[in-house]
Amino acid sequence: MTKAAELAKMGEVLTNSQIGGRRNIVINGGMQISQRSTSETGKGDADGYFTLDRYKINVGATSAGRFTMSQSTDTPNGFGNSLKIDCTTADTSIAAGERLTIDHRIEGQNLQQVKKGTSDAEKMTISFYAKVVGSATDFVVDLMDNDNTRQVSNLFTFTTSWVRYYWTIPADTTGAFDNDNANSLNIQFWLHGGSNFTSGTLNTSWASSTDANRAVGIDSIFSSTDNEIYLTGIQLEVGSQATPFEHRSFGEELALCQRYYQWIPKYAFMVAVEAGTTTMRGGVGLPTNMRANPTIGSHNLTRYDDDDNTFSNKTPVVFSNSSSDNQSDPEAGGQSGHLALAYNSIMSGGTDNHNVTTLFGTKASLDAEL
Amino acid sequence: MNISKVINSRDELTNDVMGYIVTIDSQDFGVPLDTANRHYQAIQEWVAEGNKIEDAD
Repeated sequence: MTKAAELAKMGEVLTNSQIGGRRNIVINGGMQISQRSTSETGKGDADGYFTLDRYKINVGATSAGRFTMSQSTDTPNGFGNSLKIDCTTADTSIAAGERLTIDHRIEGQNLQQVKKGTSDAEKMTISFYAKVVGSATDFVVDLMDNDNTRQVSNLFTFTTSWVRYYWTIPADTTGAFDNDNANSLNIQFWLHGGSNFTSGTLNTSWASSTDANRAVGIDSIFSSTDNEIYLTGIQLEVGSQATPFEHRSFGEELALCQRYYQWIPKYAFMVAVEAGTTTMRGGVGLPTNMRANPTIGSHNLTRYDDDDNTFSNKTPVVFSNSSSDNQSDPEAGGQSGHLALAYNSIMSGGTDNHNVTTLFGTKASLDAEL
Repeated sequence: MNISKVINSRDELTNDVMGYIVTIDSQDFGVPLDTANRHYQAIQEWVAEGNKIEDAD
């Protein structure tokens, strides 16, 4: 690039306010955080968050293809981790409804600066590093506006070397993002798709979503067990230029991820009260306010009262006073930094209104993902 | 997400439903009554498909 071209680009970046403040809308773009697990095998039969925080595996009609998803240390220079998908069971008979995408979901209240759906709507630029092993090289990145069911896609051809890829997404003057904590924008990396998603013409401008136009031209990660794909340095920013990847510290990135998923650690103490003979209520502080009231995983608990009772695989729910409004109280549900738990009818030998101290014998997952 | 069973988690004293205990892929989770929770949303879809939420024995 000539000096004049560099200066022109710099001017454009300044005009678009892309310098200063936090630029990257994506959380865990550098694949640093993996609270659940660093590697999971045999995936492909169900949706879910399995390894790296904020990256959801999404499948449609179940393929016979299977893969291992892991946090890899194979990276471009300047990164510590990448997301790796390694095909372990091939599937070359692709049914129409099959799909495999890696999704990154973004709250609408974190997208208001895009001004989508207004006459001042901004372009966005997504950039990421990728490399592949094997014969599957062509994959689509798809942005889905979930509030307005609008969508835009771009086809990329990856190579066996790490390369940074860029895509400037047109501004969309139709359909504003909701200003709330729900899923408004879904960045999807398409790794496999049946004819329901590939039989049309790739939709490269924002338009009402038509499934057949979303992933046209892609190869299948399931075409061979030789296939692998690596991704890192994912950045989505406002403006028409891709600026250098915004590296955040591990602690900053972890805190951002904990809004969506965190653990009550093993050996955490919880002061509680017995409510009736079989129920116990308690509360724990959280390091980060959660996006919504979380789903809580089963865990072991020891209750220290007259007897030291250990309870295995118990599952509480977020405390709520009443079902009259069919809603748990957000103040009790981790959105205020405090989580109140009700262990309903799963204890024994309690005494109403007795205070007890409890100890988590295993950690407990808290999931408020999108 | 493969849901196999959903049970009401009721307050022992008032009998109000405070949430759901859901079995997903053979593991139990406590799901709050929060429309923004993705598991709550999945349970509503599961019920819409004709499945029933049970009460504990």
